[in-house]
Amino acid sequence: MLTDDAAIEKQPAGSPPAAGPGSFPGQVHPVPGGGILVSKLDEVINWARSNSLWPLVFGTSCCAIEMMSTASAKYDWSRFGFEVARATPRQADVIIIAGTIVNKMAPVLKRLYDQMAEPKYVIAMGACATSGGPFFYNTYSVVKGADHVIPVDVYIAGCPPRPEALLHAMITLQEKIRSGLTREQIRMEKPDQPTP
Amino acid sequence: MNKDTLITRLRELLPAATPEGSGEWAVLPLPGGEWHAWAGRLRDDAVLQLDYLFCLTCVDWKTRLTMVYHLGSSRHNEALVIKIDLDREQPSVPSVSDIWRTAEFHEREVYELFGVDFPGHPDLRLLILPEGWEGKNPLRKDFEDPVNMIKL
Amino acid sequence: MYRETQIVEPPLTEASRPGASGELVINVGPQHPSTHGVLHLLITLDGETIRRVDPHLGYIHRSIEKMCESLSYRQFIYTTSRMDYLSAHINNHACALCVEKGLQVEVPPRAQVIRVLMDELTRIASHCLWWGAMAMDVGALTPFFLAFREREMINDIMEETCGARLTMNYMVPGGVMFDLHPEFPRRVRAFIRHFRDRIDEYDELVTGNVIFQNRLKGVGRLSAADAISYGCSGPVARASGVSCDLRKRAPYEVYGRLQFDEVLEEGGDCFARYLVRVRELRQSLSILEQLIDQIPEGDFQAKTKAVLKLPKGEFYSRVETARGEFGVYIVSEGGTTPYRIKFRSPGFSNLSALDHMARGGKIGDLIAIMGTLDLVIPDIDR
Repeated sequence: MLTDDAAIEKQPAGSPPAAGPGSFPGQVHPVPGGGILVSKLDEVINWARSNSLWPLVFGTSCCAIEMMSTASAKYDWSRFGFEVARATPRQADVIIIAGTIVNKMAPVLKRLYDQMAEPKYVIAMGACATSGGPFFYNTYSVVKGADHVIPVDVYIAGCPPRPEALLHAMITLQEKIRSGLTREQIRMEKPDQPTP
Repeated sequence: MNKDTLITRLRELLPAATPEGSGEWAVLPLPGGEWHAWAGRLRDDAVLQLDYLFCLTCVDWKTRLTMVYHLGSSRHNEALVIKIDLDREQPSVPSVSDIWRTAEFHEREVYELFGVDFPGHPDLRLLILPEGWEGKNPLRKDFEDPVNMIKL
Repeated sequence: MYRETQIVEPPLTEASRPGASGELVINVGPQHPSTHGVLHLLITLDGETIRRVDPHLGYIHRSIEKMCESLSYRQFIYTTSRMDYLSAHINNHACALCVEKGLQVEVPPRAQVIRVLMDELTRIASHCLWWGAMAMDVGALTPFFLAFREREMINDIMEETCGARLTMNYMVPGGVMFDLHPEFPRRVRAFIRHFRDRIDEYDELVTGNVIFQNRLKGVGRLSAADAISYGCSGPVARASGVSCDLRKRAPYEVYGRLQFDEVLEEGGDCFARYLVRVRELRQSLSILEQLIDQIPEGDFQAKTKAVLKLPKGEFYSRVETARGEFGVYIVSEGGTTPYRIKFRSPGFSNLSALDHMARGGKIGDLIAIMGTLDLVIPDIDR
């Protein structure tokens, strides 16, 4: 691949450019007339996946309002690639469980998760989705943590978490995808070992 | 219309009743048998005009159940509280969902949470609880759930 | 923990009553962008005309009433924040009023004014979000972002004083938890100035829009007698001409001496409900203006014991939330925890009128009706 001459002039020959989060992975090797960028296909695919995660519209209770605030103009999440919130799980990449999961809703959540296409990721937003939250004791109908139903990648604390906390969690998920640590990626690399 | 005129009119309308006015609103204990007929009279009476049922619930005293109806009006600002005591083994009270349409949902909720039967209700089935919870009556005081309930 | 389990119980999809031949039964929700929460509607259709709407609730039933029987009188107030989270302050206010009724504690005047200010700010925030979500349901996407911009101003005011943006645990029995931040009056005055122009802008953008009016006028009629019979309250009943604003009929705190109008409309259709809420925004602004310059000095909390014990008896308090009449009914046996609590939620009764209003209309009309009913489902399921 070719890069522009200005970037090559700044660094000594052969050294990789300073890679920030979200920058294109790979090493630049200058050759006369431009440069060649050498990278691994896995890293490029992970970079592409992490920068365009489309969330599913799934909010059960109060955290949904903070999720809507994050989608709005002040704490915009489409800066990070979460541009379109899809209503159907077939077209979504990440499901942000915003709100309490109760016994009646758990099969619905499982069915939505199963309908999503691989690779799919899960963020458990708020105290209720992490562990049952304020409804932990003496309730006969709350599932104490969404990870009893589907596997979760990132947990966010708060009741409800601030929009900045949700953005931090989304960026953490992006970094997790880029470093190859999500369940699907581990499963693909080591298929005979049980995944956590 | 204030509490005393309400109680006076109640005594005229239902001579067998014993309303008491010590609390904020007048409280009228009733037996459950003729509740439907008396409910119609309470709603249609020109003086009382109690056409707004704003709360319908049940309380589990461990020896009996009590249905509590809070009746208000769209014309005046007084309210009336009706209490009907029910037997714990076979609780049943006539449904008033054809008199106040809001009672349809409220009675379904009391049916699933306390197990009270409402003969005359058009569609008595579970409203909020998931499938398979008929008969479990979670809001009764003897509801056993060793997994979730902690006795503090 | 998750171990690749199978679905144990598939979700309920069959109709509770089989439809006649030629009728189609479809599910709307529980995961749907326009149900404002997890509401599952089973709609029986004849072509595109709705024959019957059957709501299935319980997808967010967190058994709050049973849980409150083991919480103390100071703790249970904050579970109501999570029920109707858009009127969180007003719900907490109702619980605090009920406990104060039982303890017979008098709230100092400064705390009363602070409570009313917070209530009206919450009402404006709730109606703003309703307006944005309603326009989004009908198809306009811009008002959603405009509404959240206003909400962010109110959230900043709340965060400075109460510490949180959405579930502000601020009302305690006897008053409020902290005193107002010194910047509060200045910020509220700036907000009033800013918002007054905005309402005119929103009227121009949405209310006068021909497409919007065609979608809402004549849809979902509810007569006054039906509204009373179904127990509807709040803007739903006021749009049918029923005068039911509890701030006027049974005034609590300082509402008795404030000048504001109860907004009534006669149409009973979706457009009337829309107009009632937009006019209530102006009334709330005028209440804020009347109070913000006259906050009395004094205590912000009456002295109460650390552990509260209500005497034996029953207590009921009613307040007017952004959705309608919210009631808290406490049955106490003299202990530190309530014996039975019942929360009378406004959405529960408003939802029971949905079947009546939607019959004979089309699916698009159903979405418009649900938008104007302003349902918050955790409030209904408790």
